[in-house]
Amino acid sequence: MARQMSGAKMVVQALRDQGVDTVFGYPGGAVLPIYDEIFQQNDIRHILVRHEQAAVHAAEGYARSTGKPGVALVTSGPGATNAVTGLTDALMDSIPLIVLSGQVPTFMIGTDGFQEADTVGITRPCTKHNWLVQDTEDLPRLLHAAFHVATSGRPGPVLVDIPKDVQFATGTYTPKPKASEFRYQPPVKGDMEEITELVAALETAKKPVFYTGGGVINSGPAASQLLRELVEATGAPITSTLMGLGAYPASGDKWLGMLGMHGLYEANMAMHDCDLMICVGARFDDRITGRTDAFSPHSVKAHIDIDPSSINKIIHVDFPIVGDVAHVLEDLLRVWKARGRKMDREALAKWWQRIEGWKTKNCLAYRNSETIIKPQYALERLEALTKGMDRYITTEVGQHQMWAAQFLHFDDPNRWMTSGGLGTMGYGFPASVGVQQAHPGALVINVAGEASWLMNMQEMGTAMQYGLPVKQFILNNERLGMVRQWQQLLHGERYSSSWSESLPDFVKLAEAFGAKGIQCSDPADLDDAIMEMINYDGPVIFDCLVEKHENCFPMIPSGKAHNEMLLGDASTEGAIQAGGAVLV
Amino acid sequence: MNALKLKKGSTSHSAYNLRPTFSDTIEQHTLAVVVDNEAGVLARVIGLFSGRGYNIESLTVAEVDHTGKRSRITIVTRGTPQVIEQIKAQLGRIVPVHQVNDLTVEGPTVERELALIKVAGDGDKRVEALRLADIFRAKVVDSTLSSFTFELTGTPDKIDAFAELMRPLGLAELARTGVAALSRGEG
Repeated sequence: MARQMSGAKMVVQALRDQGVDTVFGYPGGAVLPIYDEIFQQNDIRHILVRHEQAAVHAAEGYARSTGKPGVALVTSGPGATNAVTGLTDALMDSIPLIVLSGQVPTFMIGTDGFQEADTVGITRPCTKHNWLVQDTEDLPRLLHAAFHVATSGRPGPVLVDIPKDVQFATGTYTPKPKASEFRYQPPVKGDMEEITELVAALETAKKPVFYTGGGVINSGPAASQLLRELVEATGAPITSTLMGLGAYPASGDKWLGMLGMHGLYEANMAMHDCDLMICVGARFDDRITGRTDAFSPHSVKAHIDIDPSSINKIIHVDFPIVGDVAHVLEDLLRVWKARGRKMDREALAKWWQRIEGWKTKNCLAYRNSETIIKPQYALERLEALTKGMDRYITTEVGQHQMWAAQFLHFDDPNRWMTSGGLGTMGYGFPASVGVQQAHPGALVINVAGEASWLMNMQEMGTAMQYGLPVKQFILNNERLGMVRQWQQLLHGERYSSSWSESLPDFVKLAEAFGAKGIQCSDPADLDDAIMEMINYDGPVIFDCLVEKHENCFPMIPSGKAHNEMLLGDASTEGAIQAGGAVLV
Repeated sequence: MNALKLKKGSTSHSAYNLRPTFSDTIEQHTLAVVVDNEAGVLARVIGLFSGRGYNIESLTVAEVDHTGKRSRITIVTRGTPQVIEQIKAQLGRIVPVHQVNDLTVEGPTVERELALIKVAGDGDKRVEALRLADIFRAKVVDSTLSSFTFELTGTPDKIDAFAELMRPLGLAELARTGVAALSRGEG
């Protein structure tokens, strides 16, 4: 099967062999041979973005909504450095990506050539792995290895830096090897002894809780299915991180809602008071734990994670289980069934009673208004009006992101794309482009703040060019809302640079790109305006003018524990003390 | 100590030998890391230490299998048990890393370092330097009328001790390789 071809042709051939149908990219001098090959074929669609950062975020959106790896193609130097934010974002959120970058020819490397950058050096800490290809003969092997590494074990971004002479030179193409032929084989099966011990703990637990994360979604649809089966069968409550929303349905009766800094009161209280915590594919992030020395002080903890370095990194656990979520849950469920499906039902019923008590706090309550659109209300209406639709949501980063996580409900995995670990403002719009490209008929909405949205607004061009009818639902408070909230809480209400000055007229901006612009400021008009957005066959910028000084609650102030949450109408004075102020 | 009412020792039989991590004691560990000798692999390992704020006391690296293109990196590092476990887990997930062994935990080891020590001086000091070198079994590998260069192999402590003795005798330059280590016995 070995064939002679140019390096550039190998790139296209390898992508084809890996089942890639879409590449997000931006051409430049050092990738011209690859673009020439892309021009001469029809199997792989190239989406021309307007900035390389957006190419990577679009690839992330594609990957997260499909479960397949996303692919981006950028040129050397500035093309590669612009990709760095997206790579870091994908690394933090464990998103499988393959980023191909051009490089100056091998004989010019190290001469400070035009558009030369030490791309593998720059991206080494922000990729799962990367390679500089020195020889065309190595190229097919490394391209296939890139897909293997990006998608095996804990997924992540992989970069392959390809000098221009390597693209021009001819070599032998080798087809995609079997996965088992690679040396890199992270174990997927969990330790049975440990799993059995966990089952024994589950059988006698009086106050168990499942704490799940993005790892469930990364593990694939089977993992979500097994999780649902396990939760239903055991009757234990379940909460999830921002990254894991949708793995267990929000409509499920065991669902407590999201946990963490802006998570639900009942979810955080359950975490704090539980006696058995089963962490599935989450990593005890600081946004989840709050003060670590007061984190769930009376529980025995289990941690299922495919990455051994996640275990005991932040929180000591009693049952460390290294493995793929789907594999481990399957074994866990089988062992639990084989041992007689035992649970302490009586204690569990009492536990649920306490949880129901916490739920009566109604922690997401807010004061609605008849004159001003509250951001929470806008999202409640968006949820109500899009319920049951084939809907995908992306977000930017900030208050709107947290409100979206609180007020929008996800019954399936891969429907919710948000920048969790890195918190990248500017993620949502290009991600929505990637999602829409993967799901042409679906309703794709980017819930945004006006400030975040402006960070990658150039992608209006991409959305228009490819007829991607993405809906940009901007909760416009003319503030950097989360920054403003923190300044209010811990910087003496000195609102340093947290205004959005000189905002564009979003309706005119939409029209300038040939898209539709809608502005809404009256709660009475909101439903009609949202329906108009949904029904419009093309990209829409929805400028939703909302209350400017709404704060996002509930909130665990930094440096505080789960049971020290602030609720909506609580006094926020002195909420964050000196020790907490240094935290982010 | 055990404020979280954690079950002790429950982690000891995991595939990854995750030990309880309560202690705040700083420990020194010698890690042996076998890697594919591909471009940038050392930068990856060093970048892990600098990026995550871990310490490197010493580091040696060389290709040990020319046909298999494998290198062995020996790292001496310090940290709390939790940090040491993190370092091993983080090293283990670097793609070209084949194996991470904590020689300090895995049983008795032999650790050796090589040093070249230049001592300049004359008269009694010169004689004394040569006499001490003999006691330490250091070899003279270069000599002029006013200097000696010694080659000394031993544990880092032994080299420290010898260098300290040479200081008043005219220690001019010191080059050390860092530690190379193997576990004792067959395995």
